[in-house]
Amino acid sequence: MDALILTVWSLVKIVIVLVPLILCVAYLTLAERKVIGSMQVRVGPNRVGFKGLGQPFADVFKLLCKEIIIPTNASRFLFLTAPILSLAPALAAWAVIPFADGWQVADINAGLIYVLAMTSLGVYGVILAGWASNSKYAFLGAMRSAAQIVAYEIAMGFALIGVLMMSGSLNLGDIVRAQSGGFFNWYLFPLFPLAIVYFISGVAETNRAPFDVAEGESEIVAGFHVDYSGFGFALFFLAEYANMIMIAALTAILFLGGWMSPIDGWGDGIHWFLIKTAAMLFVFLWLRATFPRYRYDQIMRLGWKVFIPVTIVWIAVIGFAIYFEVGPWFSTVRSGGL
Amino acid sequence: MSLVKPRKKTMPEIRNYTLNFGPQHPAAHGVLRLVLEMDGEVVERADPHIGLLHRGTEKLAESKPYNQSIGYMDRLDYVSMMCNEHGYVLAIEKLLGVEVPLRAQYIRVMFDEITRILNHLMWLGAHGLDIGAMTVFLYCFREREDLMDCYEAVSGARMHATYYRPGGVARDLPDRMPQYEASRFTSKSAAAKLNETRQGSMLDFIDDFTQRFPKYVDEYETLLTDNRIWKQRTVGIGVVSPERALQLGFTGPMLRGSGIEWDLRKKQPYEVYDQVDFDIPVGTNGDSYDRYLVRVEEMRQSNRIIKQCVDWLRANEGPVLTEDHKIAPPRRGDMKGDMESLIHHFKLFTEGFCLPEGEAYAAVEHPKGEFGCFLVSDGANKPYRLKVRAPGFPHLASLDEMARGHMLSDVVALIGTQDIVFGEIDR
Repeated sequence: MDALILTVWSLVKIVIVLVPLILCVAYLTLAERKVIGSMQVRVGPNRVGFKGLGQPFADVFKLLCKEIIIPTNASRFLFLTAPILSLAPALAAWAVIPFADGWQVADINAGLIYVLAMTSLGVYGVILAGWASNSKYAFLGAMRSAAQIVAYEIAMGFALIGVLMMSGSLNLGDIVRAQSGGFFNWYLFPLFPLAIVYFISGVAETNRAPFDVAEGESEIVAGFHVDYSGFGFALFFLAEYANMIMIAALTAILFLGGWMSPIDGWGDGIHWFLIKTAAMLFVFLWLRATFPRYRYDQIMRLGWKVFIPVTIVWIAVIGFAIYFEVGPWFSTVRSGGL
Repeated sequence: MSLVKPRKKTMPEIRNYTLNFGPQHPAAHGVLRLVLEMDGEVVERADPHIGLLHRGTEKLAESKPYNQSIGYMDRLDYVSMMCNEHGYVLAIEKLLGVEVPLRAQYIRVMFDEITRILNHLMWLGAHGLDIGAMTVFLYCFREREDLMDCYEAVSGARMHATYYRPGGVARDLPDRMPQYEASRFTSKSAAAKLNETRQGSMLDFIDDFTQRFPKYVDEYETLLTDNRIWKQRTVGIGVVSPERALQLGFTGPMLRGSGIEWDLRKKQPYEVYDQVDFDIPVGTNGDSYDRYLVRVEEMRQSNRIIKQCVDWLRANEGPVLTEDHKIAPPRRGDMKGDMESLIHHFKLFTEGFCLPEGEAYAAVEHPKGEFGCFLVSDGANKPYRLKVRAPGFPHLASLDEMARGHMLSDVVALIGTQDIVFGEIDR
């Protein structure tokens, strides 16, 4: 009986997380078009529904109605598996995200590792899609994506080691709680270089501009998903945006104090988490409107020769600071946080 | 005998693969079909295929009276329309020996430079978009809209103007700019804002544009010139030495980017280019970044020329089309009462005019380079042969040389930097 209740309760929690998440993804696409539109002196979609608010649903409806074309030479099974393989980890990773104190589907102690594992799995979808399509453009996209993810995963992992050293925990809830007491205690400040590296790596890992070489429209047309149509394409789209929100949420949790309010005593809660995530998502869009695209080898250079050394040096610096109890941020770390 | 076939121990043969780039590729600038031989991401050989936009302009011109082919010239390089017309009417005028009124010459220079800005804005936007800088594209189109309105005000068409005529231009500049009207898509306040600068004559509008335009160019430059990614993508890409640029037949910004100061407007001045003050920017390294800088500076210089033309045109009235009615149509009013004019009109619009036997080559400094028209006349009312020298053709021919050893993404940047438009290459 208990097991049944637990299962049902877990399912309810999953639905409570996933339905708003998918709605967020839908409206993030609209927000992107609106925000970039206003940056580019145009209006963006404003025809469907009030001020274009129905646009995401129109898009989804259109994609659902379209024929799913499987190229003759494609590996049929893998071709159909790839979008699912890309979307599933993007959604599964949300299981451990704490939206507010105690508000998470699964409060596990290896939360950080779990998130890393899930976000890394997503790349298999991309690689398989590129390979299974049996198209040169898609294959090039997959190759680029594979190399890029490997490079940035390492930088990302190193950036997270800094967070781990500061908080002494892999539990995402504990990491947020360790940053309580106003914005001055957020890890953004002591770990500033790592926060920057983490966010940029996140942009690279979600294949967003200026690191969107895996789908670089003007070079390899649409990269790995060039042969996908209809709902297969929609799933990749969904995965990309879910990953974007994921990276934004993680940046908020790891470096911006999650659900903690910036001033002590203003009342913590999910709204702070949402505001911080939205701000990070805005940066995603801002980058896209501002920067040209990197070339594939330049991305590799940035990842291997700039980010990884920066993170290693900063990890060493933190190590020393913690050992010698340098104030104001590192003096309390050894004694077990605040 | 064993049932298992012994496995061959040889390595699989590593081969280059070919990639079909275009004609339906988003960066193919229309209908470029590029067959790339690739070693991984590195381009070993680039083989541009042409002809997908061939419309037989040169042949068509042979079967039409001279004055009916002007419209075809617009459709050659369809982003710098009036400059194409200019090359064509200049060749006719050379063979005909007709005098163009001074005011018409200033109007032509002004519209040549407006066209240059139009073309360079299109190029900058497309080049930016190819390299992934989306916003520049839309900024450029904002300004193009204003200049397109100038085309529309003066000729009635936003693109294919057919405004230049042998012996001058079709008509004088209008006294008032057309106004925007509020509609479902343009609110009243938006229309009023657009009309703010359109209250006076066309010259007022262009004058106002020349005041605003340098600030717009600054905007593009903030997004690109010092942008690290932009520089990484363009510096050292597609380097052409000055000697090689000459050998390959480069003209225009492609040649000037390599550091050779060659500009027909200065070296062989036509119309009133010797009366106006402007500089020729040249590059030093001959890479894509230098060509970018050259073109951006050319926009600023064009703006200067336009300003000078506007000032001159304000101060000096006069005819804009030759009074020789064997070549240019008489006024509508005269035609109603004057037998001679009616005959001129009828002759001109049925059989056109005849050119003396001979041949002539006239070239203009087109936004993309030297645009020339070679006319051979056998004394009839249509050309015996018309040869168009399109600047883009030798540029595209050098793509293989420029792209060799670069990566796939650089090919896209190179197509952008060459400012390729297929209308003129395929003709």
